[in-house]
Amino acid sequence: MSERVAVRKTYKLFIGGKFPRSESGRSYLVQDSNVSLASRKDARDAVVAARAAVKGWAGATAYNRGQILYRVAEMLEGRREQFVALGVPADEVDAAIDRWVWYAGWSDKLPQVYGGANPVAGPYFNLSAPEPTGVVAVVAPEAPALLGLVSVIAPAIVTGNTVVVAASPAAPLAAVTLAEVLATSDLPGGVVNILTGKLTETVPTLASHMDVNAIDLTGVTDAELATELEVKAAENLKRVLRPAPADHDWSADPGVTRMTVLLETKTVWHPKGV
Amino acid sequence: MTATATSARSDLSELGRSETALRTFLHGLPGVDQVGAEQRAAQLGTRSIKTTAKAEAIDLAIRMVDLTTLEGADTPGKVRALAAKALRPDPADPSCPHVGAVCVYPAMVPYVAEVLAGSGVHLASVATAFPSGQAPLEIKLTDVRAAVEAGADEIDMVINRGAFLAGRYSEVYDEIVATKEACGDAHLKVILETGELATYDNVRRASWLAMLAGGDFIKTSTGKVPVAATLPVTLVMLEAVRDFRAATGRQVGVKPAGGIKNTKDAIKYLVMVNETVGPDWLDPDWFRFGASSLLNDLLMQRTKLTTGVYAGPDYFTLD
Repeated sequence: MSERVAVRKTYKLFIGGKFPRSESGRSYLVQDSNVSLASRKDARDAVVAARAAVKGWAGATAYNRGQILYRVAEMLEGRREQFVALGVPADEVDAAIDRWVWYAGWSDKLPQVYGGANPVAGPYFNLSAPEPTGVVAVVAPEAPALLGLVSVIAPAIVTGNTVVVAASPAAPLAAVTLAEVLATSDLPGGVVNILTGKLTETVPTLASHMDVNAIDLTGVTDAELATELEVKAAENLKRVLRPAPADHDWSADPGVTRMTVLLETKTVWHPKGV
Repeated sequence: MTATATSARSDLSELGRSETALRTFLHGLPGVDQVGAEQRAAQLGTRSIKTTAKAEAIDLAIRMVDLTTLEGADTPGKVRALAAKALRPDPADPSCPHVGAVCVYPAMVPYVAEVLAGSGVHLASVATAFPSGQAPLEIKLTDVRAAVEAGADEIDMVINRGAFLAGRYSEVYDEIVATKEACGDAHLKVILETGELATYDNVRRASWLAMLAGGDFIKTSTGKVPVAATLPVTLVMLEAVRDFRAATGRQVGVKPAGGIKNTKDAIKYLVMVNETVGPDWLDPDWFRFGASSLLNDLLMQRTKLTTGVYAGPDYFTLD
């Protein structure tokens, strides 16, 4: 009997809960693996999937979203060895798992901290409630591959946004492997979409897309590209997060800024009836 | 097909006089090859239409849209807004053409007529006990006359499917003739409701019946039953109008309606029109789309082509 040949994995995109190849059929060699080279049409498809997922995800209860994020941490814990085998340091995997749990806990607390009753001079209850902004495009940082990725995805989705993530072109394996974790975590399809390939192909499309509501430029290292993206994003007044400084410490306490910048405040005036 | 029809040319106008002649003719039409029709439609759907051709197709499709609202909840305000949109689908771009027509219930016709007066956008109204067609003839005709009087210049009638399926072809024929007469100068579109006709053979027969009786347009569906316009059904109808023109010299329009939601679908239909009946029908006078959500997608695709960035639904009206 002949010797068994191991199944070789070809990494694919993650769009709408599915793992399609790039529409363009292209791939590129990185980290000793074939990874899909996403085109602008893949970016368009990802936005469509993300938009379709907004209603269900934003409409889910905060408790439910928290549970699902916690479930992601559980699944990541179960695949710990897989990430270590990809070259992610073990303590970084632990930190990434803890970060999911940390953000999961914020799901029902953030509205309490950032919303509430406002004192007004009139017979009204006046309430402010934070709401998700919608579809967020995210450029993930190159390093740390896993912790950095989790630190940009989790704060965006915990409040009910859906994301299209452009993974780091040089180190995409952590991202595509995380997609496998997300796909098995009860996270509804389309809430997180992951594109691999050149940033210059996908991100300008996302930045100028009129159906994207915010863009997080954390992983953009080229200052010129960052400026170009900000200009494109201005067309429909996207919320913009500027690139992270090169010396950003990802293991430090992340604070709540990443969550709060992707929220919009809804204020309601309700007659008291007196 | 054409040969059969041509030989019958001289007596086509006489067919309506006798139930037997009509039945013999309709059942003498060659059967539709179901697998072939579906395959042909699917094959035509694979054409790739890009750049300038796409831009032209989108503008043509916009001009062909019968912007439709047929809801119990239609109000004068809502149909006025719809009519305003028909005149200038994209307020941000003056080069965007107006749509083909606005299609509403008869009670809403006067409000739309005010807005559309003199604009070149047609005003269509469904009549004859839409969508079921199950009402006495006199009531249907009154319905039609009222709509025409109120200002509709196109009438979308439904055929009596009950009579058609029972084989009472003369009854259906006479109803269409009577409705056409009640229309006066208004164009008559005959809705076959293909989703209820069950077979392509029936679609072909109903198409011929509607054309023989004097319909100016044949239309697939009301949009009120689960199966609406499909590519193969439209293909069968296009073949019917092509053969009918070859046999009689009279050109009849086609209107697929219901279920056409995006630009990709619309372009598939246009490809099929061009390949089946030729450019003579690539005109809003001869081909229309009955749709409501299609227009916004056409506008978004049009904006993508003119601005180079993907558009979002937040920037187009809800209707």
